[in-house]
Amino acid sequence: MIDYQAQQLAALQQNRRSFIKHTGAGIGGIALHAMLAADQNSAHASQLTKGHLKTLHYPQRVKRMIHLCMAGGPSHLETLDDKPTLRAKHGEPMPESLTKGQQIAQLQGRALNCFAPQFEFKKFGASGQSISELFPQIGSVADDICIIRSMHTDQINHDPAHTLFNTGSGNSGRPSMGAWLLYGLGQETENLPGYVVLTSVGKGGQAQPIAARQWHSGFLPSRYQGVQFHASGAPVLYLNRPEGVPMSQQESLVGSINQLNRQFDSVVDDPEIATRIQQYEMAFRMQSSVPELMDLSGETKQTFEQYGTQGGDGTYASNCLLARRLIEKGVRFVQLYHRAWDHHGGIKRSMEITADEVDRATAALISDLKERGLLDETLVVWSGEFGRTPMAQGSGRDHHIKGFSMFMAGGGVKPGISYGNTDEFGYNAVENPVHVRDFHATMLRLFGIDHHKLTYKFQGLDFKLTGVEEAHVVEEILT
Amino acid sequence: MKPLQFHLSTLLPATLLAFSSIQQAQAENPIQFNRDIRPILSDNCYACHGPDASTREAELRLDVGEDAILDRGGYRAIDPGHPEKSELIARIVSEDHDLIMPPSEHGEPLSSEQITLLKQWIREGAVFESHWSFQPLADVTPPEQEKNEHPIDAFIAARLKEKGYQFSSQAEPRVLLKRLSFDLTGLPPNPEDVHTFEESHTAQDYEKWVEKLLASPHYGERMAMYWLDLVRYADSLGYHGDQERSVSPYRDYVIRAFNENKPFDQFTIEQLAGDLLPNPTLEQKVASTYNRLNRASGEGGVQPKEYLAKYAADRVRTLGTVWLGTTVGCAECHDHKFDPYSIKDFYSFAAFFADIKELGIVSGARHIEQLPVPTPEQKDQQDNLKSKVAAAEQEYQKESPELQKAFENWQAQSLEEADLWDNLSPTSATSQGGATLTIDDEGTILASGKSPDKDVYQIVVPLEQSLTPMTALRIEILPDDTLPNKGPGRAGNGNFVVNAINASINGKSVKWSRSFASHSQQSFPAENLAENQKGWAILPQTGQRNHVVLVIENPGQFASEKDSELVIEIIQNHGTSHTLGKFRFSATSSEKLSDKLSFPEASILALLKSEERNSAESQEKLLAYFRQQTPLLKTERDSLNQLRKELTRLEASILTTLATKATDPREMRVLPRGDWMNDSGEIVTPSVPKFLTPVVEKSERLNRLDLANWLVDARNPLVARTFVNRIWMLFFGQGLSPNVDDLGAQGQSPSHPELLDWLAQEFIESGWDVKHLVKLIVTSQTYRQQSQATPELRKQDPFNRLYARQSRWRLDAEMIRDNALAISGLLDLDVGGPSVKPYQPAGYWAQLNFPKRTYQASAGEGQYRRGVYTHWQRTFLHPSLLAFDAPAREECTARRERSNTPIQALVLLNDPTYVEAARVFAQKILQTEITSETERLDWAWNQALARSISDEEQSVVLAQLHEAKTYYEQHPEAAAQVVQVGLAPVPTEISPLDIATWMTATRILLNLQETITRY
Repeated sequence: MIDYQAQQLAALQQNRRSFIKHTGAGIGGIALHAMLAADQNSAHASQLTKGHLKTLHYPQRVKRMIHLCMAGGPSHLETLDDKPTLRAKHGEPMPESLTKGQQIAQLQGRALNCFAPQFEFKKFGASGQSISELFPQIGSVADDICIIRSMHTDQINHDPAHTLFNTGSGNSGRPSMGAWLLYGLGQETENLPGYVVLTSVGKGGQAQPIAARQWHSGFLPSRYQGVQFHASGAPVLYLNRPEGVPMSQQESLVGSINQLNRQFDSVVDDPEIATRIQQYEMAFRMQSSVPELMDLSGETKQTFEQYGTQGGDGTYASNCLLARRLIEKGVRFVQLYHRAWDHHGGIKRSMEITADEVDRATAALISDLKERGLLDETLVVWSGEFGRTPMAQGSGRDHHIKGFSMFMAGGGVKPGISYGNTDEFGYNAVENPVHVRDFHATMLRLFGIDHHKLTYKFQGLDFKLTGVEEAHVVEEILT
Repeated sequence: MKPLQFHLSTLLPATLLAFSSIQQAQAENPIQFNRDIRPILSDNCYACHGPDASTREAELRLDVGEDAILDRGGYRAIDPGHPEKSELIARIVSEDHDLIMPPSEHGEPLSSEQITLLKQWIREGAVFESHWSFQPLADVTPPEQEKNEHPIDAFIAARLKEKGYQFSSQAEPRVLLKRLSFDLTGLPPNPEDVHTFEESHTAQDYEKWVEKLLASPHYGERMAMYWLDLVRYADSLGYHGDQERSVSPYRDYVIRAFNENKPFDQFTIEQLAGDLLPNPTLEQKVASTYNRLNRASGEGGVQPKEYLAKYAADRVRTLGTVWLGTTVGCAECHDHKFDPYSIKDFYSFAAFFADIKELGIVSGARHIEQLPVPTPEQKDQQDNLKSKVAAAEQEYQKESPELQKAFENWQAQSLEEADLWDNLSPTSATSQGGATLTIDDEGTILASGKSPDKDVYQIVVPLEQSLTPMTALRIEILPDDTLPNKGPGRAGNGNFVVNAINASINGKSVKWSRSFASHSQQSFPAENLAENQKGWAILPQTGQRNHVVLVIENPGQFASEKDSELVIEIIQNHGTSHTLGKFRFSATSSEKLSDKLSFPEASILALLKSEERNSAESQEKLLAYFRQQTPLLKTERDSLNQLRKELTRLEASILTTLATKATDPREMRVLPRGDWMNDSGEIVTPSVPKFLTPVVEKSERLNRLDLANWLVDARNPLVARTFVNRIWMLFFGQGLSPNVDDLGAQGQSPSHPELLDWLAQEFIESGWDVKHLVKLIVTSQTYRQQSQATPELRKQDPFNRLYARQSRWRLDAEMIRDNALAISGLLDLDVGGPSVKPYQPAGYWAQLNFPKRTYQASAGEGQYRRGVYTHWQRTFLHPSLLAFDAPAREECTARRERSNTPIQALVLLNDPTYVEAARVFAQKILQTEITSETERLDWAWNQALARSISDEEQSVVLAQLHEAKTYYEQHPEAAAQVVQVGLAPVPTEISPLDIATWMTATRILLNLQETITRY
């Protein structure tokens, strides 16, 4: 929009310095002033860019979030939701009372028969949480996590289901959770984006496509969108200098650009120029801060063993380690996609492989954060976009939206508990159902935000993450 | 009134805060409902007391006057003339937590200014108005004009005068011409043109430039950039696998339509219903691709009914935003909260599109309907080839006594020879390479499974005694649908190469005296089989039946009194799977073999042997078959086949677009809460909302053409207002009503409502003439002002809603690219064609699947085309465009964000597109006659910015140049590296050292704020 900056200027009624602070934020709203400060201590930087919420509505329990997105839809029946009845009725037709008139994806028009859970469940920890034998390491942190077994959603295909989980709507064009958090709370990092996305593929099943829409800022200003970090090539797109241009040349080039821009500002008096100058300095600094972040050489042997990775290979485990490093730097929202959970066939073997890829590193991330005293102010969420059918699809399971499981850990979340249940077949969430938008409301509450009050006006309407349907904070899982 | 769901943001967006100050200023004048009151009621009250019946509280509507003033048993919500008796006032000022409106848990109390306005309005009689944008266009005449004053300026000047301001001075000629050039074509002017305009810039000169730029083919490209955002044009499906689809002919239609100045009403009709026009032209059919631009899914588990509902809703949302400028989409789940659109209106709109032939799930060839769109040259070629084919066909079908005689001979000979051959039934067939060879009941062998590069097949065949001594072996090579290109071989093109065929009978090796085939590939004749190892192949006759005969030397030695065993080895050494796919054997013991053997296929043989053989029908069939074989027609046959092949190849190269094809309309129901599984809603037929202009009355079902005609009915005020408001935005950065995507109750009222209506009326009366409208705007003084704001103006009118100056903004993503390429001289200015792929970081598409894709950047001129031609991958839009706020086009975008981010800095600094542009620009500098550093810099500044370099700039850049020079002198390998960026050739006569050094200057230029900003 024309004179956007000028409008902001007037609206904020603030001096030029704070104007830059508010409008100039870049990718994911990077802090702009203090650009030249070398101090990267995140605690020190906590007030650098304010969000749009002047005051919080509730005590803030967490400052940061890691979303471990198990893309493809992990089966709750092989991971977190033990169903002996389903096991006993293997091969028998599913009760029609459950399936009649319900949405179905690839099983459209086929026989719907019970399919026994493929793995045993065990009791873990002092809390005795019931978790699949596939997850011995996650089991070892059972006393730190809160399992929700009564999730449900509205979208039965991957793309809209991810979009719903991230933005609260199956339609595109809405901001993702991370963008909402940056918009509301601002960010604490000086040198890194406030919203970082990492992806990995697995060996157990087809790689799930993930659209960049999933971390887009929708109708929010684009500076709130997530920035994808890559395991190979430039870690951030266009971060690498042209070949044959040394760092020293690039630095003085940026200096010259800024000097010329400054000179031009004195001629045309364009407030946008001050912002542009800051962004060039920021960009230049990212050329060292991002590689530093990605460089794991300072990590100990013990850490590598704990996560089960040597790092730098783009695996889920490596990304978990990076997530911890990002959180340490004060990044607000880190999202890890493991694109390997769409198990329509051969679910037994595929689950073994995929569970093995995430089990150790997920548990390591939680205990590492805990050991470093960061878990108290971080929310870790492990979930897929939906679950899988109790019915067989050959040797696998189809998409399922009426009941699935996830778990959370971190500040303000009751540890070592389970919440909600599905019916004896694992079909419908029947006890304390939690819709995705209830999760959103709960997540925002942990950040100190009333989900009704984090809104943005677009096309004349006050949009919010939880949408127009009623959403409820799941008070019972909060400490 | 009791509290209900209601959300008022605690964070008023900046725009509202500042708008309220304007409202205050206006409050000195008589209250106007639409300007002063509706925004307050809409923002604070309509969610529960507005158009949506399902959430309405206390049966009170504050959007309908009659309802609001109704006597409610002793009191009225609004008592005209009596604020003190109006319950509405009592409730908004109440201090009782249970009574105050809006309810405290849902919103802040109204401000004292708002309360004052409401009181004053009620005191003045509480006059309601229907919402401004739904009212008919006002019959406006411009305010009194000074002599020769432009009508737009008259409107603007009147407001300025009222507020005590005046126009800023005209922008300096250089800035003005650059602005005009970017605004009208998206491209910078030539430095020479700027110079000419600086010399002479009278109003007449300026107007000439306007005319010239409007006539430029690049005007259409510039306008298309915006239109394509609106209609969400993209080259991929947008859901899940985000597979590609071909719709670029539609993009070119849009460019052409703007260039040819197609009247906007016609443009509208062709897009929505081009296919329904009487005898539609190809262009009109292409225009109707508009209806197919929605996102679509090819995900395996898609429920077609659900996705058809998604596509339908998508179309209504887009229709609403593009043409009506209102958020009709809100009514998908419930009646609109603020505007009088009901949920039934939404689905009645959707019913207009229920005739479009489509599938809920899209995949590959099932992506219906494809429309070939030949270029004029292709069309000529196609017509030409078709007539040549017809002529060749005639030649081929000719009759002659000679042919007739040969035909009869052939029949006799075939019959005779048919009896000579016996089909063989192998007992085993094995592949050394691991292919699976299956033998069917008739002895036919089909290869499947593993497809080794090279292979040896071994086949064991029992020979009955009657076949000894065997004199020849025949192998039939057969096509099959499971083979690549239908076979008969397993190579990608359906070919094979058989190098040798070894055979033994009862363990005794067979030698071939000769071999011949029905067809052989050039240089791979069947004769090879008996002579050497070079082999036999059959290009170009893939997908066809053929055969080869191998004659046994000295057959007598194999005579036997018992059954024998024949073992055949087929050696296939060529590589790349050039192996046989489908084949069968037969053998003969006859000694009467000639090289002119004919081996009709089984059905023809059967016909020959049948009693029907001489019927007219049979003879026709046999003759047709004979024509395919006989050497007499070889020339005619070859020429016909060649022409047919050319035609097929040409037709395959013709670009297609997704077509709109009308079929029987699907049933369309209201979906309560938008739930596609809910079939309880009423069935609706196409109709338009009652509160708008009525649609044509027809006894039969309304269709898309009726919808389009309704939109462009001169009485429909929304379409012209919406379009004119957006065109205004293209030239001033904001609409006269700033919410260009919402002219409804929640949008902002226009700053100059009379001007908006006058322009809309003028637009309609001009015959929906877009160029006329554009010219009108850009020739105004309002447009030509400088964009610099005084501190006073910036403070008093921060949004520039008074237009006491121009506005300035960062260029759109595509223009930033085009500008850099234009400055460097790399830009390819061709108009139209398939989308192209600029350089893109490796791995950026790694998240795509079904199928996995590797991005292949375009080579040659394709690399340097304008941004409007960039391949638009919805889920992973080109990251360089995305960084500058180009939208993914999954949904309709009426206004782009203009952000300022570090990623943008990284793009301009490091994206190979910009680094290459800097390199080629540096080469250009070094290729001029100029030799002095300072003169070179000045020349470069003129090329890029159309101005001279300043002394301060010069000293900074010179220092930078010298630093670079020193570095590259010491590091020639780095210089050699840096000039390698991009595909453009590096001139050999310039040293890499010079190029690398001067690239620092050109990189600076391409990164400057001035370069990427329209002032």
